[in-house]
Amino acid sequence: MIAATYAAGTLALEVQGLCCAHGGPFTFSVLTGQCVAITGPSGSGKTVLLRMIADLDPHEGEVRINGQPCLDMPAERWRRLVQYVPAEPAWWSDIVLDHMADTDEVHDLIGRLGLREDCLRTPLSRLSTGERQRLALIRALLLHPRVLLLDEPCSALDAATTDRVEAVLQAVRARGTAIVLVSHNMQQAARMAGKRFRIAQRHMEEIAP
Amino acid sequence: MNPIVLTTGDMLVAAALIVTGSVLSFLLSLGLQRALLVSAVRMAVQLALVGSVLLFVFGHASVWLTIGLLAFMFSAAGWEAGSRQQVRLCPGWHFGIAGVATATGTVIVVLIGLLTALQPQPWYVARTAIPLTGLLLGNVMNATSLSMNTLLSAITRERQAIEARIILGATRAQAMNGLIRQAIRAALLPTLNQMAAAGIVTMPGIMTGQILAGMNPLAASRYQVLLMSLIVSGNLIGATFAAYLIAWHLTDSRGRLRLERLLSRS
Repeated sequence: MIAATYAAGTLALEVQGLCCAHGGPFTFSVLTGQCVAITGPSGSGKTVLLRMIADLDPHEGEVRINGQPCLDMPAERWRRLVQYVPAEPAWWSDIVLDHMADTDEVHDLIGRLGLREDCLRTPLSRLSTGERQRLALIRALLLHPRVLLLDEPCSALDAATTDRVEAVLQAVRARGTAIVLVSHNMQQAARMAGKRFRIAQRHMEEIAP
Repeated sequence: MNPIVLTTGDMLVAAALIVTGSVLSFLLSLGLQRALLVSAVRMAVQLALVGSVLLFVFGHASVWLTIGLLAFMFSAAGWEAGSRQQVRLCPGWHFGIAGVATATGTVIVVLIGLLTALQPQPWYVARTAIPLTGLLLGNVMNATSLSMNTLLSAITRERQAIEARIILGATRAQAMNGLIRQAIRAALLPTLNQMAAAGIVTMPGIMTGQILAGMNPLAASRYQVLLMSLIVSGNLIGATFAAYLIAWHLTDSRGRLRLERLLSRS
């Protein structure tokens, strides 16, 4: 189970004029436990935005968690609080257990996400893209982040498994984690997010509910 | 025992071997004949020049001449150490790191050799300092070059895996340490093989040269042990410096991977 909880209604993430050579400026905020969806055509800068929030690329503008600016915090601590799960997660070894411990929390998430129990002992190269995507989500959730940045988390999943992932994400939100969800799936964006934005030609605008 | 002095006739035998190799390359369509001939001529000219320069420097016993020659050797080594990597940094950084790592590894072990075991009078005398520096510089240059090549290729290949660690909160050192260790190990492997096989599979070059020049084989083996120890230490220092400097340059103070600082030859 996700252990951390945060006070509801407070600002979890503030993004102010965030930009780099490949996108922006972007300005928006996410409340504790809120999910914000970002949509837009391929190459419009959605991934660039998530990478800048995670402080993976040099940028201008400001990002804050709980009012604390990114640059006032050691980068490693920032990235643990703001967990980015890329569309194609990477692994530094073929062994799943090199990336996460064999704990009850992991087994709980494996069950809820519809993964096979033996996936922890199966080489990553023999798992499907969808299984690796869910394991990457587990790897991020184990850090109990304040903000989850998800880039197409269900792109390789069938409808039933997508429902399972969304259920886990709703539970994570209920405990106060804010979510920024990049998705091409408009139905998923509508189901998951209280606020939706569209990025086109480097400009970000809110989609009316 | 007097050293065996080689005559012009002996040099012609060496040249005949190279020509035979080129003919073989032509007959077997290996395409190596041109490279073989050019390398052999280049080697002969370079060594003849070095012999003449050393004769001149040893004859004049000038500290400034020694420093000038060493400066030239260090510059050439830095250039060569940075010349053959497939993936490169921008030129200033690339050759800068190659030069600093090569020079650091060499200078430290040359000073240890001169000030402890060899102790010539004075310690910087050209007849000892220049050949010792040349021997170590060549080895450290190779180790630095291998370390740089292995690490730069690995970082390019494993960029996503490195970033996966960074995303999960690893420091830049934690994210790169595995690849740095691999690069240092790859750089030291030829020297370790050489040390393990010394005297069993191969007769080391320095010892062979000294025995041919008339030295007692036991005394020559002691020299070989000392010089191999200096070589492996210099290689370790050069390869380690090169790897850490590259890792430091390809990340920033926020621990981000900055691979835009790489240039790719392809």
